[in-house]
Amino acid sequence: MKPADGLSRRELLLSAGPGLFLCFGVDSLAAQEPARLPARQGYPTDLNAYLRIAPDGRVTCFAGKVELGQGAMTVLAQILAEELDVAYDSVDMVLGDTGLCPYDMGTFGSMNVRNFGPALRSAGAEAKAILLQMAGEQLQAPVARLQVKAGVVTDPNAPGKSVTFGQLVQGKRIERHMEGVAVKPVAAYTIAGHAAPRKDALDKVTGKAQYAGDFALPGMLHARLVRPPAHGAKFLDADTSAAEKAGARVIRDGETIAVLHERPDLADRALGLVKARFERPAPTMDDKTIFDHLLKTAPPLRDAGSSGDLAEGEKAAAAIVEETYLNSYVAHAPMETHSATAMVENGRATVWASTQAPFSLRQQVAQAIGLAPQNVRVIASYVGGGFGGKSAGAQAIEAARLAKATGKPVQVVWNRAEEFFYDTFRPAAVVKIRSGLTSAGKIALWDYKVWGAGEREAKSYYDIPHQRALSAGGWQGGNPDGMHPFAVGPWRAPSVNTNTFARESHMDTLAAKAGVDPLEFRLRHLSDTRMRRVLEAVAKQFAWKAAKAPSGRGAGVACGIYSDACAATMAEVAVDPKTGHVRVKRVVSAVDVGLAINPDGLRQQMEGCIAMGLGYTLTEEVRFKDGEVLDRNFDSYQIPRFSWMPKIETIVIDNPGMAAVGAGEPPIITMGAVIANAIHDAAGVRLRQLPMTPARVLEALKKG
Amino acid sequence: MERTISFTLNGKPASVTVEDDRMLLWVLRSDLGLTGTKFGCGEALCGACTVIVNRQAVRSCSVPIKDVAGKHVMTIEGLGQSGLHAIQAAFVKHHAFQCGYCTPGMILNAYALLLKTPKPTAGQIAQHMEDNLCRCGAHTRIVDAIEEAAGGAR
Repeated sequence: MKPADGLSRRELLLSAGPGLFLCFGVDSLAAQEPARLPARQGYPTDLNAYLRIAPDGRVTCFAGKVELGQGAMTVLAQILAEELDVAYDSVDMVLGDTGLCPYDMGTFGSMNVRNFGPALRSAGAEAKAILLQMAGEQLQAPVARLQVKAGVVTDPNAPGKSVTFGQLVQGKRIERHMEGVAVKPVAAYTIAGHAAPRKDALDKVTGKAQYAGDFALPGMLHARLVRPPAHGAKFLDADTSAAEKAGARVIRDGETIAVLHERPDLADRALGLVKARFERPAPTMDDKTIFDHLLKTAPPLRDAGSSGDLAEGEKAAAAIVEETYLNSYVAHAPMETHSATAMVENGRATVWASTQAPFSLRQQVAQAIGLAPQNVRVIASYVGGGFGGKSAGAQAIEAARLAKATGKPVQVVWNRAEEFFYDTFRPAAVVKIRSGLTSAGKIALWDYKVWGAGEREAKSYYDIPHQRALSAGGWQGGNPDGMHPFAVGPWRAPSVNTNTFARESHMDTLAAKAGVDPLEFRLRHLSDTRMRRVLEAVAKQFAWKAAKAPSGRGAGVACGIYSDACAATMAEVAVDPKTGHVRVKRVVSAVDVGLAINPDGLRQQMEGCIAMGLGYTLTEEVRFKDGEVLDRNFDSYQIPRFSWMPKIETIVIDNPGMAAVGAGEPPIITMGAVIANAIHDAAGVRLRQLPMTPARVLEALKKG
Repeated sequence: MERTISFTLNGKPASVTVEDDRMLLWVLRSDLGLTGTKFGCGEALCGACTVIVNRQAVRSCSVPIKDVAGKHVMTIEGLGQSGLHAIQAAFVKHHAFQCGYCTPGMILNAYALLLKTPKPTAGQIAQHMEDNLCRCGAHTRIVDAIEEAAGGAR
């Protein structure tokens, strides 16, 4: 199809490589940028909280964010180096250490750059302005004349005279302050907005990167805990004598029974000798009956965004289309299980933990072991994947309690079965959509109800005159007791994977009903320029050919919004009619995240979203029965593998006129629908339940 | 049964006196302090604990220490002891990792592949790496990095 005029005129190919880089005009940027930055809102005002400059000029940057693999270490170093005008290589990062870093609520929701970025920029800008003032005094030159490059200040009128940031500060705190220093205009960026080598690369390829379970302290014990066989099981009694005879130490505190040993595997063996009895809960539900259960137990539906008048929409509709969409519980399944190493000594505790929220974990640990929060230090070193699942930190509380009880450092590393059992799953959900098309093929009515997933992006951004979105219960808690049979929580783009799957699948159903190409159908209902732009960019790269679905080609499209980031994705699939197996051959995705601070980092996130998204789309669902989690390891719970990978093409729409927004999630929200739509285009069958396993595809093919 | 097991570890002689049915992973991590080898699943399903024993990639969570007596064991700490190995350098260049937890196992499994098949195709690489799991989704970059290392090593 023909790209929009705006795109073809303004697009500029800046770099090739694994993806394309499209650049748009930077007009009006300088005027808008500073006004948009709330100076360090919610973060310390003292710039020394963020940075320290050593006599040799090396800069240490402190941030309460955590490196989960998403590249926080790299992108935050870019931001500070840019604002301070020092070399990127001269910046060392200290992340996620409550003893050293400024408070931060946690690393989730793609908020590193969006929320902390402005605070760090502002601190860097203030520091640079003060350093220039100090340099002016030392070089006896007006500040306006001074030039600074890579931390060296020079006076063009006095060649040969220079002073470095390191010499000016001499490793001390910067005691001066300046109010209202403007940050650098984006157009002047040379480090941010460009590719940068990852700060964590050497540590990670050499095995030197230390995760919470890699810390070994003198006298440390490894703890394994007795676990119930099912959620809701009641502890009866336990005989630990054989474990003690085998040389393990046993700590009993009420229903908590821990077996400790100097060697982790021998603690595990000793745990196997504990005879614990539990009473199983009465039969409740399983992964098949859950959807009826959700509808029965959910709280009342609440408005999540409405406009127009549904009755008018009903009148205007020539055809009504009603469908139900289902989504399953999904595990985070990070490769590193929840791990922690704790030491409690002289009324102070230090806990190394795999956590996305070190500061809130500090509060929880302090409360659990009866210390004041300022006497607890939580250090989130490298974390082996989070995806929302390491917002909760029960393992760290277990380690801290046991360290206090034994008087020795204690390490707790959950095994894979514990990881599945105690995970805060992405909630299962039911979506019902009642919609109406006019005789001209326009959507007149959109009545959207979601149970279980949450309300984010439940309201459609399409131009629909009469629409309503209602939501009941979600991932954020506040659900009635027993609605979700186990803990649920944020899973990469919470709520939005489910809501995008339902909305975008339904858009295709309506497009087919109207006999219109699904891309064209979307564009007819879209006035949002950013969303139009990502759709047009992806269509151009994919070489989308307009056709009414199903065309037999196996091509699909879907788009969505997460945290102000726009994503559009197209996919090509092949469906094996004998096995029901779906092979995803090619995925092209475009995002607009505003200013892209690290374009290659963004591409890594996009590729990760596409790869991870194949899992919840094709195979991943947590199977359970009466409180027992039946998936305990990667044999039954299948996550994406090398052979599943499609050809991936990523497009970054650089939009520097808009402040950077979240970049870790956008494409993953589109994966369910883009594959469902491509399956429909290939085989003419519509799957409305995730994951689209071979069995479900076969069943759909049989029904026809 | 507790006994002394001797083997070569990262090119140097090593010996441990332990219960001989303990798994290599835990002896490496806990007794010998080599924490570059990771625990992921405990059942040889994910590959995070992959190490090299006599030029073969093995899952150290499922290899009893007695099985490596007299053999050559290499962990991630033993690779590229004098500067980065070509595979490590290619992983750095391609940013072929995110959280990094699966990375030592990925690199060592790739190392075993290149010993046997110095010039693998992308398809052979994917097939060989199939049972090493990565949750962050660095797969395509890992394949690119291994391809480059294979070319660059010649």
